Amino acid sequence: MDALNTVSYVFIGIGLFFNFIGAFGLHRFPDMYTRLHAATKCTTFGSIFLIMAVIVQSAGIWAIEGTLSQSVMCIHSVLALVALMVTNATGAHAIARAAHRSGEKPARAVVDDLESKAND
Amino acid sequence: MRFLITTVVAYLVYLLLTIGSGTVFLWSTAELIIGAVFAVVVGALLRNRFIGKDLRMLNPRRWFTFLVYLFPFFFAMAKANIDVAYRVITGRINPAIVKINPKLKNDLSLTILANSITLTPGTLSVDVDQKTNELYVHWINIDPKVLKDMPRDYHPICDSFPDWARRIAE
Repeated sequence: MDALNTVSYVFIGIGLFFNFIGAFGLHRFPDMYTRLHAATKCTTFGSIFLIMAVIVQSAGIWAIEGTLSQSVMCIHSVLALVALMVTNATGAHAIARAAHRSGEKPARAVVDDLESKAND
Repeated sequence: MRFLITTVVAYLVYLLLTIGSGTVFLWSTAELIIGAVFAVVVGALLRNRFIGKDLRMLNPRRWFTFLVYLFPFFFAMAKANIDVAYRVITGRINPAIVKINPKLKNDLSLTILANSITLTPGTLSVDVDQKTNELYVHWINIDPKVLKDMPRDYHPICDSFPDWARRIAE
């Protein structure tokens, strides 16, 4: 049980660190697109580790003590993880596309290939 | 055929969600029966929506490739996060939006690639040209070498991911 708790704490630590970096990046970056970088990548990665801590705990208790109710926690967390990874990336794409269509220019950009594309 | 596949998938998802409810293996009898009924209803309603024109994703080799792909993907994702953390702390950015043509043919592979690009090193997919299947990618710290020629080289952006997407979904 001790090893299990240690692993969970390490995962929670890593997850909190990356979620914090994501929140910090939101304030620090200059424009919408760079902020999305911080908001999607860091929070997805951080949340993956937070969920993994839950999975480790519940799978461990399920395996050691045979508590059947823990399996619900374990499997639902895995499904939440998959849903999070797919929807977070898709959502970021939708926000970025909407921002560019409504005329938000990337700050300090070197090139903008999308500029010349006509909206269909 | 489509009805059968949709029903089986719906039933599997239902079983996955109700693990641990009883004593027949891991499920209770009531859950098994109700799940079967709902799976048949879902299969009858959605058989033309759930599966597209072709059945190539049924090939188990593609699913196996997808599982193998998760490992280089997770590694790239970890790298991306350390990179973004570094840029958050130092504030060194040099952003641009570039157009790449990964030469993928169908929607599913393009979706996989676009999601992978969003979650990996310093890049975020912004828009897609549906006629030519070209992606517009926002790059947080651009490599000046890419700017020289117009059909941009996609290797610095997404490495070998287009090949993986092609193997999984084409």
